Amino acid sequence: MLKTFKIGGVHPPENKLSAGSKIQALPIPEQVIIPLSQHIGAPATPVVQKGDNVKVGQLIAGASGFVSANIHSSVSGTVVSIDNITDAAGLSKPAITIQVEGDEWIDDIDRSEKILNSNNLTKEEIIKAITAAGIVGMGGATFPTQVKLTPPPGSKAEFLIINGVECEPYLTSDHRVMLEKAEEVLIGVQLLMKAIGVQRAIIGIENNKPDAIEHLKQLASKTIGIEICPLKLKYPQGGEKQLIQATTGRTVPSGGLPIAVGAVVQNIGTALAVYEAVIKHKPLIERVVTVTGKSLARPGNYLCRLGTPISKLIEAAGGVPENTAKVIGGGPMMGRTIVNIDSPIMKGTSGILIISNKEAARKPVRECIRCGKCVSACPMGLEPYLLAKLSMFNLLERMEEEKVMDCIECGSCSFTCPSTRPLLDYIRLGKGRTGAMIRNRKK
Amino acid sequence: MNKLLISPSPHVHSGDSIEKNMYGVLIALIPAFICSAVFFGTGVFVVTLTSVVACLAFEFLIQKYLLKRQPTIFDGSALLTGVLLAFNMPSNLPVWIIVIGALVAIGIGKMSFGGLGCNIFNPALVGRVFLLISFPVQMTTWPRPLGFAGSYVDASTGATPLAILKEAVKSGTPISQIMSTEEIPGYREMVLGNMGGSLGEVAALALLVGFVYMLLRKIISWHIPVAIFATVFVFAGILHVCNPEQYASPIFHLLSGGLVLGAIFMATDYVTSPMSHKGMLIYGIGIGILTVVIRVFGAYPEGMSFAILIMNAFTPLINRYCKPVRFA
Repeated sequence: MLKTFKIGGVHPPENKLSAGSKIQALPIPEQVIIPLSQHIGAPATPVVQKGDNVKVGQLIAGASGFVSANIHSSVSGTVVSIDNITDAAGLSKPAITIQVEGDEWIDDIDRSEKILNSNNLTKEEIIKAITAAGIVGMGGATFPTQVKLTPPPGSKAEFLIINGVECEPYLTSDHRVMLEKAEEVLIGVQLLMKAIGVQRAIIGIENNKPDAIEHLKQLASKTIGIEICPLKLKYPQGGEKQLIQATTGRTVPSGGLPIAVGAVVQNIGTALAVYEAVIKHKPLIERVVTVTGKSLARPGNYLCRLGTPISKLIEAAGGVPENTAKVIGGGPMMGRTIVNIDSPIMKGTSGILIISNKEAARKPVRECIRCGKCVSACPMGLEPYLLAKLSMFNLLERMEEEKVMDCIECGSCSFTCPSTRPLLDYIRLGKGRTGAMIRNRKK
Repeated sequence: MNKLLISPSPHVHSGDSIEKNMYGVLIALIPAFICSAVFFGTGVFVVTLTSVVACLAFEFLIQKYLLKRQPTIFDGSALLTGVLLAFNMPSNLPVWIIVIGALVAIGIGKMSFGGLGCNIFNPALVGRVFLLISFPVQMTTWPRPLGFAGSYVDASTGATPLAILKEAVKSGTPISQIMSTEEIPGYREMVLGNMGGSLGEVAALALLVGFVYMLLRKIISWHIPVAIFATVFVFAGILHVCNPEQYASPIFHLLSGGLVLGAIFMATDYVTSPMSHKGMLIYGIGIGILTVVIRVFGAYPEGMSFAILIMNAFTPLINRYCKPVRFA
């Protein structure tokens, strides 16, 4: 029996169109836009000025506070502006725009393909290198990695869990990294283990990626303490709490962090970035992004410099199809729609998904027939039909009682509803208000 | 390029719909319908067709002219109510009574509450119980299972096994004596459905085939039917062990009357049953206990319809206090 999380879950069609496409390097664009806030926490503070010449890998904005991250130039060229730009959601956000000239890297970075390892680094040195490189959670949460590696006092990490689940339909960037950069990923995992001081790491991979499971198993057998845990296909297995339960059987308490059960969770892409930062001294300046969609000519996986306009990436995959209704940053279950396709690829962009008119159409909302399918689908054991109704009537205290704050917004309820009710839309609205109510109470 | 659409996630849907579920249940009812036709002949078609047409017509008329809404007769729910109502009637019931039953089922059972999704009680059972109380003679005159030899009018009639049992227990006849008579069918006959009863309730095996089909298609979960079967088996079993001469065996209880039909198709009605698995189990146990209590201690030989309707009334309460297993 393959492991999985205990309650709820759904099986959206996988549609991993680009699973077989090798990672290709995307040509460097003429201009990159590098937002100062690509992570959860305080935006970084610029350390360059308009007109400055920068090289690839040069620090251009420094972390401003504990929960923040450094930002580096992904190209070489001239800073043409430090001003507000329109981001993917159409909001005005500060960013540094760089005109590209050549491709000159800073000297520290080891650009050779040779795979190296280093055993004589201390915990502090590793964390310092990760902090300097501006690494954040690359699965999409973009939480600064060094913060996760320094558990709060009184808590102790017992194991590192690496998220290789990629449960979102369509996305394949982690899958390709596991196939093509497995050795680097495993060194990254070892470095992360050392950084948090644990002897055990578990890499959770769903069984729709047998090639990745096999490949990593083979390589991991040569290491100490890294185990590969094949998981039964079920969405949302990549959810932090679901993944911890699936791989270790431990349950993170309501409102608690993974560290409460001794777990630290990191993404596959993050492990690769850690390897590159610590061993190769390369800051986080590029990432693998899946560009996909049924209407797209050439779905694929591209290694692209951060700051590259999303439109360039779509062009490489065959251009925006005529019948496009939505462009989504991330997967179809939790991804956000993009308004401005000239906005840049950021640290947390794992995929760009094109949805055609036909697929985008929402069916009319009908009366709830109380079938209970949303209750069975909810991986947190909540009652989506009830939460949605409470949200409609703005009954926030009741929503709090019904544990709305536990909702991980995975969308399983809306996905499964036979009456095509926008359950998560209502719940999200009510959850926001309930959260605000709780914060006000504490003041 | 066109303007891009902005919407919150998720951006995909399972494709499940009200129709898929309703028509799925109807497909699951086909084996029982075929068995019924084989045992009771032409009456089955007359009763079912009348009930379905009447339910659809009342739904349409009420939605269009009374509620002034867009009629939704093709969502499958009125059709399903019609079929289930027919399954709960003797196959020789006069057409005018069927039409009254359909009016009560759709008009009072469903539309007076606001239509699909809003009703508290199972509409088909509301119709059935209304008829049972209003027309007790016609509703309990059961044609014998004579196959195509049996006609719709002037059908040869007899009592159901449960009714025979009730009479016998009332008159003080020991059960072992009744069980050996010709009137009570053997278990093999009961499993196949070769006995008197409402047209859709007799063929236990065919109904179970429908249950398996619905489970495979994930239309319903196993909780409610299994809870009912297990409760009836245990409760009737305890009584039987205490006094086998006064209380029939649990297997007899499981196979007789509307128990199998009710447990699989009536109690599992989405709208009127609880939402969480835990709630479903409590609801099923309640139905099981009430059914046996009514059958054994009550005035009516059969208690399934009443038991389901009573537990329907408890469903909102169960939903309020019986929460699903939380993640943490």
